[in-house]
Amino acid sequence: MSPFRKFAAASLIAVSLGAAPASAQVFNPETFTLKNGMQVVVIPNHRVPVVSHMVWYKVGAADEVEGKTGLAHMVEHMMFKGTPSVPAGEFSRIVAKNGGRDNAFTTADYTAFFQNVAVEKLPLVMKMESDRMAHLKLDDKDFQPERQVVLEERRMRIENEPEAQLAEQMNAALYLSGPYHHPVIGWRAEIENYRLSDIVDFHKRWYAPNNAILIIAGDVNAAQVKPLAEKFYGAIPARPVPQRLRNPEPEPVAARTVVLRDPDVQQPSWERTYLAPSYHVGDRNQAYALQLLAEILGGGATSRLYKSLVVEQTLAVAAEAGYNPQSLGMSSFDISLSPKPGVELAKLQAAAEGVIRKAAAEGVTQDELDRAKERLRISVTYARDSLHTGARVLGSALASGESIADVEAWPQRIAAVTLDQVNAAAKAVLREERSVTGELLPANPDEVSPERAERGHGGGLGALGREMR
Amino acid sequence: MLKRVVILAALSLLPSLPAFAFDIQKVVSDKGVEAWLIEDHSNSIVALDFAFKDGAASDPDAKAGLSNMVSGLLDEGAGDLDSQAFHGKLEDLAISLSFSAGQDAVRGHVKTVTQNAQTAFDLLALSLSKPRFDGDAVERIRGQVLAELAHEAQDPNAVAGRTIARQLYPDHPYGRPEEGSAETVKAITAEDLKAYLPHRFAKDRLLVSVVGDMTPAQLKPLLDSSFGTLPETADPITVPEVQAHASGQTTVIRKAIPQSVVLFAQQGLKRSDPDWYAAYVMNYILGGGGFSARLMTEIRVKRGLTYGVSSGLAPYAHGGLIEGGLASRNDKTAEAISLVRKEWARMAEQGVSPQELADAKTYLIGSYPLQMDSTAAIASLLTAIQIDHLGVDYLDRRSAIINALSVDDIKRVARKYLDAKSLDVVVVGDPAGE
Repeated sequence: MSPFRKFAAASLIAVSLGAAPASAQVFNPETFTLKNGMQVVVIPNHRVPVVSHMVWYKVGAADEVEGKTGLAHMVEHMMFKGTPSVPAGEFSRIVAKNGGRDNAFTTADYTAFFQNVAVEKLPLVMKMESDRMAHLKLDDKDFQPERQVVLEERRMRIENEPEAQLAEQMNAALYLSGPYHHPVIGWRAEIENYRLSDIVDFHKRWYAPNNAILIIAGDVNAAQVKPLAEKFYGAIPARPVPQRLRNPEPEPVAARTVVLRDPDVQQPSWERTYLAPSYHVGDRNQAYALQLLAEILGGGATSRLYKSLVVEQTLAVAAEAGYNPQSLGMSSFDISLSPKPGVELAKLQAAAEGVIRKAAAEGVTQDELDRAKERLRISVTYARDSLHTGARVLGSALASGESIADVEAWPQRIAAVTLDQVNAAAKAVLREERSVTGELLPANPDEVSPERAERGHGGGLGALGREMR
Repeated sequence: MLKRVVILAALSLLPSLPAFAFDIQKVVSDKGVEAWLIEDHSNSIVALDFAFKDGAASDPDAKAGLSNMVSGLLDEGAGDLDSQAFHGKLEDLAISLSFSAGQDAVRGHVKTVTQNAQTAFDLLALSLSKPRFDGDAVERIRGQVLAELAHEAQDPNAVAGRTIARQLYPDHPYGRPEEGSAETVKAITAEDLKAYLPHRFAKDRLLVSVVGDMTPAQLKPLLDSSFGTLPETADPITVPEVQAHASGQTTVIRKAIPQSVVLFAQQGLKRSDPDWYAAYVMNYILGGGGFSARLMTEIRVKRGLTYGVSSGLAPYAHGGLIEGGLASRNDKTAEAISLVRKEWARMAEQGVSPQELADAKTYLIGSYPLQMDSTAAIASLLTAIQIDHLGVDYLDRRSAIINALSVDDIKRVARKYLDAKSLDVVVVGDPAGE
């Protein structure tokens, strides 16, 4: 049950997925809509007799109310805690004993559930997934331990990881007004204070068929899926769903720097993120131009940042840029650097800012743009090859306000981006006052406490050792 | 160029087996290079996956990390192309070409669209026959490895993994990280790198798999150009067989973090062991099976003590482990570990129920094709099957092997391999219990 953080090292990787979509015909999906308003998308792929069955709800962490951050993710967890016909904890077991795998994930803009199964098990998982959309029945005795699980998840993903803590702080500094200010998993004190009724209310409010998208990729076609979709999902009545609100971000006026010092840090890092438009907010054309700019600045070993900072100036060991255009609100353009051991972060920052300033001031070249376009053009073939990529790309696009036509037109829109558009986007976005800089540093030398190793044989660790015998 | 290496807490397993068959052809080139090929012309992609069966465990002690350094440098320039020129060709054509070093093998992966396949194979051939090891590239990759080692030293999962490996294999290369240490990485010279290929990469160590838009006739000359000039034989492998030194020891590495990371392990078995399949199914029920497994049920679902707990088999060419891990808040760590030992003992003493076995079988058989998500994933699977000597008909045989297992088989291997008292544990964090 992995929540994806809106902003994190992971978002750099997500770019290639955001960029991975589709072609004149990228995925060639078939689609129809049930009478209750639930959209169904089928992506035929007949290589192996399996399907990926996904339901995407158009609700995420950014749809929570003040004081209940992380609730969307908590609800995702509780979706495994039972209905009158499938007792708590049985959902995943039933999928597994039928040879399938299942999981779910939450982001700021959507929540998705999936099962990968042999094609003949598709009716079973459709029945179970539709059952928990309509008939979730929760009990406090399952809720209390699951809250502890989520707190463990927060410790594991954030509190034990200085890089993730820095990302969480940078995210809060970048988004001043909108709901993306908050971490997807939620702030600890608010997780500790949910009530079971919060979960039940949130599910009732948002988990309606008319707020969900069914995506099935694999060894099926729409004609086979339609009667099953009507039978299992079509029987659930539509109901009113609240409008999704994304407060406008105020125009940024000041560069911000977030510094996190941690005694465990031995390899510092430097992050820079700029408030950027998305497909939905700001200049939509810029969202295509920025995908190409990310490739040119930090998309590989010949990109500007890598070539300059890693190869030529030998100040860094890694340099990447990324941008995810998919967001119902604003998005961000991200740069991430790892200094070469022994190099001062300030020196690396000065060099990186030189590269960034040059790109904004002088623009990139037609040759760089053409090469980036060719890479993205070919990426479509790779995206189409994978059964899961198609389901993920279409699901995330539709759940964050894109259409199938948008996804299928992605290659043409990327191909149509001009040099002027890329350079205008660089000039508009790579501005100091739009940025948050993050520095991950070791603790001040006088605060460092070295690791201590203690060894015991059975009982060497006090009560811990005793319990283990 | 080195990508970030993820230290696995628990296990990379050879996946289970499919319920249907691909048509695997054995293609032999004029120069005698053999490849397994699955033709699939539905998408214009070719994936090549190969392995040299000798890896980081064969690196000299004083040069530990040599295989990893070589892997990071093979795409850093070859022939007339320096690093930027070589990467420029790869990136302009969206060809992915990468190498990675494990303890027992160095793996290579190539993915390209059909129209660029000739260039992709040419670049591969160049990287294997004329790598440059230019001084600036060597220092760049060395810097990346040193940064990675520093990064791992701040990651509790990596620290735990390093610690338990050293504890289990104090006098064996499996106790060292594949990347080596800062000291040994600094000791690697350009001469060491240049001498590596002729001694370590040879036809008698090579396994090749190809999947995608390619015919046998098209593949044969490409096999020759890429691999045909390799030496016939490599240096002999001298890695000794090894038993894990697990004695029930608990090691705590104190770190001021809110959650303790716990790894546990003891002697397991090699992939070729006749008990493999029974142990594999047993482990699924114990801790390999996610929410269907006993460890997850007891420690996460019932008590909320962890986000994740699992166990797995980690086979090596010359040894093997049964291992696992969890992470739990410091004041509950001891309780979580005691529950692991309790389930370890319960499995050893009582085995599994007929229903648990039946459910495990249907999962392990039915889920096998799910991993065949892409051309590259299928190529990687074929190489794994070759490394483990499972045979070209393995995909047809696997289901029957698993179906034949009985409750008694599971009970026997559980008793043989699981010993809660000698399970070694490493904790990184600030666990309560003083």
